[in-house]
Amino acid sequence: MTLGLINANPVVHAKKERIARVEDSHADDAVDPLEIYDSVRDIRDPEHPYSLEQLSVLSEESITVDEKLGRILITFTPTIQHCSMATVIGLCLRAKLMRCFPPHYKVDIYVSPGSHANEESVNKQLNDKERVAAALENPNLRQLVDECLYSNEL
Amino acid sequence: MDFVEGKFELREIQKLEGHTDRVWGLAWNPSNPSMLASCSGDKTVRIWERKPNQKTWQCKAVLEETHTRTVRSCAWSPSGKLLAGSSFDATTSIWEHVGDDMECVATLEGHENEVKSVSWNSSGSLLATCGRDKSVWIWEVQPGNEFECASVLQGHTQDVKMVQWHPCMDVLVSVSYDNSIKVWVEEDNGADDWHCVQTLGESSGGHSSTVWALSFNNAGDRMVTCSDDLCVKIWDTGNDPTQSSSDGLTPWKHLCTLSGYHDRTIFSVHWSREGVIASGAADDAIRLFVENSSDLVGGQSFVMFLKKEKAHEMDVNSVQWNPKDVRMLASASDDGTIKIWELAEVS
Repeated sequence: MTLGLINANPVVHAKKERIARVEDSHADDAVDPLEIYDSVRDIRDPEHPYSLEQLSVLSEESITVDEKLGRILITFTPTIQHCSMATVIGLCLRAKLMRCFPPHYKVDIYVSPGSHANEESVNKQLNDKERVAAALENPNLRQLVDECLYSNEL
Repeated sequence: MDFVEGKFELREIQKLEGHTDRVWGLAWNPSNPSMLASCSGDKTVRIWERKPNQKTWQCKAVLEETHTRTVRSCAWSPSGKLLAGSSFDATTSIWEHVGDDMECVATLEGHENEVKSVSWNSSGSLLATCGRDKSVWIWEVQPGNEFECASVLQGHTQDVKMVQWHPCMDVLVSVSYDNSIKVWVEEDNGADDWHCVQTLGESSGGHSSTVWALSFNNAGDRMVTCSDDLCVKIWDTGNDPTQSSSDGLTPWKHLCTLSGYHDRTIFSVHWSREGVIASGAADDAIRLFVENSSDLVGGQSFVMFLKKEKAHEMDVNSVQWNPKDVRMLASASDDGTIKIWELAEVS
């Protein structure tokens, strides 16, 4: 890679303790925010050998679920204001949720308010499903996303 | 016939299954109202047909191995003989009926990347395409299935989501991720120069987010657009779009905005021949609107008279009225299915 890292020295936090989630009693396909958190916390950052949780890009508070309307909202915080990897992180989150949760859930993904210089354009791009579909068909981006989702280098 | 709330229902006639990924687009064959084309994220186009004396549609052909990525949009030529499909693989294909099959007879290359929409003009002599490279291309249809690029139109600042020709004039409309609607016409000099005669943006009563689709009414004096801003907008397109700058007035004008109905992105709108506007949205619902005939205050208003919740299990990407059977509607969804509906009086 000829380009320098976007954020060469990120602050790394400890991983939170894993809590064995108790299987809840509802038998339907209800989705729990913590269950979603467990599935996305270990996604690797696109440019560092650390997880999104370790870089505080995500926390348990990042995810809310409206069970009645069938909606999942994820708000993440890029490590720096000009993070050009923000859209890749968003793609990773989308790809992961597509695989792990019932497809009829409506997923909205945003960067947390004030956390990115191009907040509006990043949010718009991440929630345009046509652009997301096109991006995930792009072999280079697909590979980058898959590496973040399946990396065992953490 | 008055379309009044509570008096009509959308009755599901059939669910067409076969695509293995989301269905993006639909096109009824204008010369054969029993034939429907659909295109999908599974990289194929499917042709569905209801044979005479049969009640149900069946998949007649799967056009595969032509495109290597999502086929985003499809459109029949006015004669119904040619089918165009535009794809994320940067090409647009033309298929022709050969006996009982359809054969790919041309591939249009030129866009840098994803092609998102394709549309034939009313005479079938021109084809328009648009895509992520922010450009709109106009192609001349020549004898022997030759297609020659006549013009590349630049003007949008972001990807162009859809192009659609006016139903009787050679006026092209494009809508974009840059939130604007642009109107294009050919210059009078016969040199294939096309230019933008009007941009309908937020300051002209337009949308505040991505505009996903547009449709004209039968006469072509009204246009409807839909957007990620959760609004449907109606435009007066009765004036000649080239007569703009002389009096400083804009030829095409915003008439009214239908808001408060949708709470997720609206992906598709289509105007039926008898004046019913259908909308399909990311809330899985189909809604039907008509002009409010009881409104005597002047100005124009439209009312929703039917909402079909859970029309599909996932986002509704396309709604298309049958060109002949005016009460028949087809819808396509992320759930991979197509549904055929009948707008019927509640019995």
